[in-house]
Amino acid sequence: MSTLLQPTLAGLPSPSTEAFLRFENVSKVYPTPTGPYTVLDGIDMAVNQGEFMCVIGHSGCGKSTLLNMVSGFSTPSSGQVVLHGNAITKPGPDRMVVFQGYALLPWFSAYDNVYLAIDSVKPDLPAVEKKEITREHLAMVGLTEAADKKINQLSGGMKQRVAIARALAIRPEVLILDEPFGALDAITKEELQEELLTIWNTQKCTVLMITHDIDEALFLADRLVMMTNGPAAKIGEIMEINFPRPRNREEIMEDPIYYDMRNQALDFLYSRFAHDDTE
Amino acid sequence: MVPTSPRRPGVASNPLGWLTRSSGTWLPPLLGTGGFLLLWQILSSAGVIALPAPSSLFTEERTRTLILYPFYDRGGLDKGLFWQTMASLSRVAQGYTLAALVGIAVGITIGLKPTINRAFDPLFQFLRMVAPLAWVPIALVLFQKNQPAAIFVIFITAIWPILINTAEGVRQIPQDYRNVALVLQMSSRRFFTKVLIPSALPYIFTGLRISIGLAWLAIIAAEIVMPGTLGIGFFIWDAYQQNYVGEIVLGVIWIGAIGLVLDRLMAWLQTRISPGQ
Repeated sequence: MSTLLQPTLAGLPSPSTEAFLRFENVSKVYPTPTGPYTVLDGIDMAVNQGEFMCVIGHSGCGKSTLLNMVSGFSTPSSGQVVLHGNAITKPGPDRMVVFQGYALLPWFSAYDNVYLAIDSVKPDLPAVEKKEITREHLAMVGLTEAADKKINQLSGGMKQRVAIARALAIRPEVLILDEPFGALDAITKEELQEELLTIWNTQKCTVLMITHDIDEALFLADRLVMMTNGPAAKIGEIMEINFPRPRNREEIMEDPIYYDMRNQALDFLYSRFAHDDTE
Repeated sequence: MVPTSPRRPGVASNPLGWLTRSSGTWLPPLLGTGGFLLLWQILSSAGVIALPAPSSLFTEERTRTLILYPFYDRGGLDKGLFWQTMASLSRVAQGYTLAALVGIAVGITIGLKPTINRAFDPLFQFLRMVAPLAWVPIALVLFQKNQPAAIFVIFITAIWPILINTAEGVRQIPQDYRNVALVLQMSSRRFFTKVLIPSALPYIFTGLRISIGLAWLAIIAAEIVMPGTLGIGFFIWDAYQQNYVGEIVLGVIWIGAIGLVLDRLMAWLQTRISPGQ
């Protein structure tokens, strides 16, 4: 089993100061009435450009806090998150987020939600081009027919498709997804995972995604970050997932390595860092 | 024989059947209102209450003239109910529009800026408790004239629900929407028109609807104490001074009907502008 071995020379470039996105000794401490509460403690990690990274861990382990420091909604108490050599201090369209509750504006149609994002980020683009980008991205997620529907008329899966189309339409360098498929039924979930991979293959943006689903992570990610339990959560392990792309769900699941990796992740989550229910 | 187009059975061909089936909706209000009027009629005829009976509105000449000729104009204050109402409504329109503009603007400001809210909230909470009638003498001192004073009374009565609801609507904008605006780095103007206003609109309309009723109540109160003013409020006061009790009753019914129409109008506008939110 070689899944834990870091590739040395060939393959993915090893983390270095040249890395695209780096967490440098990042900690997050919240003041509470009963004293400071450490959520994340000394996170060091490098993410390569174009990499698909999944983060897994029990609730309360600070996964969302970790990604919020990339999107800029939260800032580290110590250390820094560096993108292209610049510390991240505030939200920006180069790090677009697919929010947990979709966060689509219900008074607009699917089309208008996507268009508004492009129009906000690139107001100087000719209107024809903005319209073209909007249509193109709605088509990518299969929403051409439903483009003019109001958000409230769409199902959960369709809403999530609009949210993904909106996020990708502004061509972010980093796409951040916080449990995007958690609320969806199994079939819709698999469909959306495949669509996300297809789009990611064409756009090659870096993806950071929180999930609770090991199979989802194994199907989607290049690397899987497993977090230890909070408070003061750290990175427990980083698992390399080297299935060739484009990936086929059936083929991957026939690979014996799949089950080794699955068991290893399960062992991490449910034996070594089992969730303490007495808390 | 003339051929007729086929009809849906039971709908157009049998209006009586339709009436019977929908009786659950029209029968109770009819019985309630009818019963009330009947009781009133009996009590007045028996002399238990001093008010004239409802039927007298049609039998008495003065009120019958007012009902049948709402558009008459004999100059001065001697005008039909339509003109009296229009005079009152135009005052309401002016004071209410002013209240809506100022109320929404100030409401958005204090909704966005907690410090400004903390600075003025005690004052607003205090002022909104002052009854419309109590503002009348202050307004007369401030403006010296009836017309601007009346408009001010409307304004100061109607502004509070608009202001407070707008501020609450702005505070209730979901954090998710604010985050979207942040990550897309929306300009303030874009945030205002695309996120803030649509999100707060249902709250703003709630305020506007409460206020239209209050404004109508206030104008009557204001006109009653402003002698020599054309308007439905002074019409009632004048009738009382001259002991035309029938006219008072007619005026009060008229006021209630207009108030109801105004409220329904706002409710209709609300469903048109912010549907299903």
